Amino acid sequence: MENPFSLEGKFILVTGASSGIGRGTAIACAQMGAKVVLSGRNETRLQETLASLAGEGHLVLCGDLNSEETRKEIVDKMPPLNGVVYCAGISQIQTAKFMDQLSLEGIFQTNVFSPLMLNSLLLKKKKIQKNASIIFISSISGVYRSQVGEGGYGATKAALAGFAKSLALELSAQGIRVNTIHPGVVETPLLEVSNGTLGEEELETLRQKYPLKRFGKPQDIAYCAVYLLSDASGWMTGSNILIDGGFTLK
Amino acid sequence: MTLDEFVTAFAEEFDETPAEQFKADTVYKELDEWGSLTALSIVALTMENFGKKITGADLRACNTIEDLFNLIQTK
Ligand SMILES: NC(=O)c1ccc[n+]([C@@H]2O[C@H](COP(=O)([O-])OP(=O)(O)OC[C@H]3O[C@@H](n4cnc5c(N)ncnc54)[C@H](OP(=O)(O)O)[C@@H]3O)[C@@H](O)[C@H]2O)c1
Repeated sequence: MENPFSLEGKFILVTGASSGIGRGTAIACAQMGAKVVLSGRNETRLQETLASLAGEGHLVLCGDLNSEETRKEIVDKMPPLNGVVYCAGISQIQTAKFMDQLSLEGIFQTNVFSPLMLNSLLLKKKKIQKNASIIFISSISGVYRSQVGEGGYGATKAALAGFAKSLALELSAQGIRVNTIHPGVVETPLLEVSNGTLGEEELETLRQKYPLKRFGKPQDIAYCAVYLLSDASGWMTGSNILIDGGFTLK
Repeated sequence: MTLDEFVTAFAEEFDETPAEQFKADTVYKELDEWGSLTALSIVALTMENFGKKITGADLRACNTIEDLFNLIQTK
């Protein structure tokens, strides 16, 4: 019997592939047989990801997705895709009272506008094939819970979940599926943003609040992405998948 | 911004604690209202008034408002 969880023969674009969850996802996709297109800004770290991928035929497309010009260049070089994981994103802490317009625009640009406009371009240029699978990496923040100072970040993550529902409808005729993944805290360089205010002690206290007594690892999220990209999840679209070690249970 | 002005601005970030309770030698971490929201407000306030970035670690390292004021000067 053919393995329904295999990604053999699929071309998958992973944004944010130079670090953290995106890198873990790219590695897991390649392990499952996919050819992966790696997107990110840091060429050195993208090459490191490339070096750790199993199999052949992967591609690096380096560039800042916040630039319209760069998005065009990247899409022109893009092979026809069977899956996309929109993982590139940034974090930010600012309270509602001290909201700064430029910072707010910055995080919306990276976390919302850029993936949505890249997605638009991929569709226009017919780079997303029938029966493909699209995943947005959202967060528990915004949709399920929040903490002080996380309003702007949470708003971007909730925006993705809102958008994905409509996209799922628009693309359903072509059999293209769209889902979101909502991770709890995952150990990646992104954590350093909160680390500035949190400190090692508070981080440990937070870790203990996770019923499974640890933060997530990039693989924890990557394996869910693999499932959503594979034909095994062929009847799943418009879903929000929570992966948080039980954090939102209480 | 002088130390006195900093103490006043610091006090303004608190909604429950009366302003009179804030002095240069107030140990801010012992205030009931001290927490992540007030801490983030002080970080933002420092950025707005001094153009300097302080961290959670800085806030933990200092005891009084004056300690913090002095630390900001060294940044
Ligand atoms: N870590 C967590 O706890 C957590 C929890 C829930 C959700 N998430 C979400 O998961 C996603 C990945 O997070 P992570 O923790 O893996 O973060 P990370 O390690 O900081 O990686 C972020 C990635 O996004 C890329 N990126 C950022 N801005 C970009 C831009 N303008 N153009 C192109 N690429 C850009 C970075 O590329 P370069 O480094 O090459 O610039 C990097 O590859 C984010 O959307 C985040 O919100 C994370």
